[in-house]
Amino acid sequence: MNFLILSLIKAAIVAFVLLTALAYLQWIERKVIAHIQLRVGPYRVGPHGLLQPLADVVKLITKEGVIPSHVNKLFYIMAPWMAVVLALISIAVIPFGPEITIGPVTTWMQLTDLNMGILFVLAISSVGVYGVALGGWASNNKYSLLGGLRSSAQMISYELPLGLAIAAPLLLANTLSFREMVNYQSGYWLGFIPRWNVIPEILGFVVFLIAGFAETNRVPFDLPEAENELVAGFHTEYSSMKFAAFFMAEYANMVTVTAVATLLFLGGWHPPFPEPYSDVIPILVFALSGLIALYHGLHPARRMDKFTLPAVGLLFLGIAAIFGLSLFVPTLKAILMALFWFCGKIGILLFLFIWVRATLPRFRYDQLMRFAWIFLFPLSMLNLFVTSLVVALTSK
Amino acid sequence: MTALIFFIFAGIAVFCGVSLVVQKHPIASALSLIGVMGSLAVLYLQLGGEFIAAAQMIVYAGAIMVLFVFVIMLLNAGAEGTSLEGSPFAKYLGIFLLAAFLGLISFIIQAMLPARPGVVFGEWRGGTALEIGRKLFTAYLLPFEVTSVLILIAILGAIVLARKEI
Amino acid sequence: MIHNAVPTTWYLILSAILFGLGVAGFIYRRNIITVFMSIELMLNAVNLTFVTFSYELKQVDGHIFSFFVMVVAAAEAAVGLAIILTVFKNRHTLMIDDISSMKY
Repeated sequence: MNFLILSLIKAAIVAFVLLTALAYLQWIERKVIAHIQLRVGPYRVGPHGLLQPLADVVKLITKEGVIPSHVNKLFYIMAPWMAVVLALISIAVIPFGPEITIGPVTTWMQLTDLNMGILFVLAISSVGVYGVALGGWASNNKYSLLGGLRSSAQMISYELPLGLAIAAPLLLANTLSFREMVNYQSGYWLGFIPRWNVIPEILGFVVFLIAGFAETNRVPFDLPEAENELVAGFHTEYSSMKFAAFFMAEYANMVTVTAVATLLFLGGWHPPFPEPYSDVIPILVFALSGLIALYHGLHPARRMDKFTLPAVGLLFLGIAAIFGLSLFVPTLKAILMALFWFCGKIGILLFLFIWVRATLPRFRYDQLMRFAWIFLFPLSMLNLFVTSLVVALTSK
Repeated sequence: MTALIFFIFAGIAVFCGVSLVVQKHPIASALSLIGVMGSLAVLYLQLGGEFIAAAQMIVYAGAIMVLFVFVIMLLNAGAEGTSLEGSPFAKYLGIFLLAAFLGLISFIIQAMLPARPGVVFGEWRGGTALEIGRKLFTAYLLPFEVTSVLILIAILGAIVLARKEI
Repeated sequence: MIHNAVPTTWYLILSAILFGLGVAGFIYRRNIITVFMSIELMLNAVNLTFVTFSYELKQVDGHIFSFFVMVVAAAEAAVGLAIILTVFKNRHTLMIDDISSMKY
């Protein structure tokens, strides 16, 4: 009973935080792309557009969900829900932090740890191809069909370099579960260089990220859903909640790919330098940003910022104070530090995804497939070969 | 608990199997087959075969069935028309005989096998990737190498057969 | 949680039922792709039998057999679907009754 209630509580927390994070990820993406393109982005709905995701959700829910008459109704309705359910299931095996003890309960910050957690994530992403393929086919529209087929062919082609890039850190850590993988990456060489897998496996990390871009249909690999190429591709005929479901699935896939990259290559929740020194980093980061926001709030460029910038500054200073306080409360410290480093690394990778979207043009479809089969796949095989050679020769 | 999960997923598997045979449109049959494979993966997990369950989802449901779905979509295979001039009497007799045959098989299986402890989820944990890897690369090395050559031949054959005639 | 054991014969019966359904689909259906999918259903049923007996004997060899069956099914699916594509290109139909003569 205790296990069941604990799992339900953890699932509720993760679901709530994840869905809010997905909505605000869209806000972050729009703001970052806007500022890279020297414009402002969502600005009017709430201070600095912070209520824009709420407005989008309300709009998408109240919009009329048009089901065209010529579609295959069962698959048309099933496809976006399959996509979103499969995208959200992979979060179940992702650990957010180490084992923590809150009062009488000792638990890991993870919904469930499977012995083969990494294979589980691969399996779910393999089956996640069907949401896109069925959505494209069920719309009974040649652009959707082409977009759906191209997208699914791209996703299964890039699963190969993805899997091979995953196999190299598995060889190093000799385990398939995420917890053991992160435990393998704890500790420091020479006292200050972290034992993250990215240092021996930099090629694998780059291949994994590129394959991750392609798996989630992000620029530069987003031809199948490009608005100006294929009339929005496989989600042309979708409106309202089903369209929102496809986009939620895409952002959830992005979060999964960055989380797996962090766990496999960037050391999960371990800080980049040893414990006593790295505890001041969150406090420094938040305090500095709070002070900068307060400073700019004194002479703001826009009238509204006279209120919002000091508010943000005070909020960040409050968070820095919480981090500082937590240094004296061990349970809180474990949770907060782990969350800070894990979410910080995921945030940096997500910023990379968004940055690339604002910067690079997209691949043509044949260039994309050629890149997967002729360049990435041999490269990841070479990486795996060299890794296995080194592991076989040095472990006696 | 084990029995509950078994009944649920065995029911889903049989339902999807019947749907595979009965549905008119090949895409519906393909999705039913994916349903069968998914429920079988859960049953493999119950039987302690965690690696096989993951391999079933990755290889079977995630690659082979995607290939089927692609071919169905590319060839635009429509729904089958009405069946041949077979009499409906033969169809109903066939279904009854199939059910009788399956009942007979079930009875024979149950009568022949000795009473054994039964399956409890979590009792046997020998199906990990470690165990399979050990056996695969020591005792079954020759079949492993032969199947890799087989896959190479299949790749070559598929490319040659499916390419455009210039 | 009380774990009541599921008798092993139930898994074998399920496997037999799925195999029978696969044979029925193979004999009854006329679309060549559906026939092929019935073959895959039969292979899955056999995989379940292998894994069940591997649990019975507490050895992992059944899993390895099942793994090889999956690999061979993958190879067969690739070549078989390529053949189906070629047949469709030449005969322009997917009904096996219309592909019954060797002479085109």
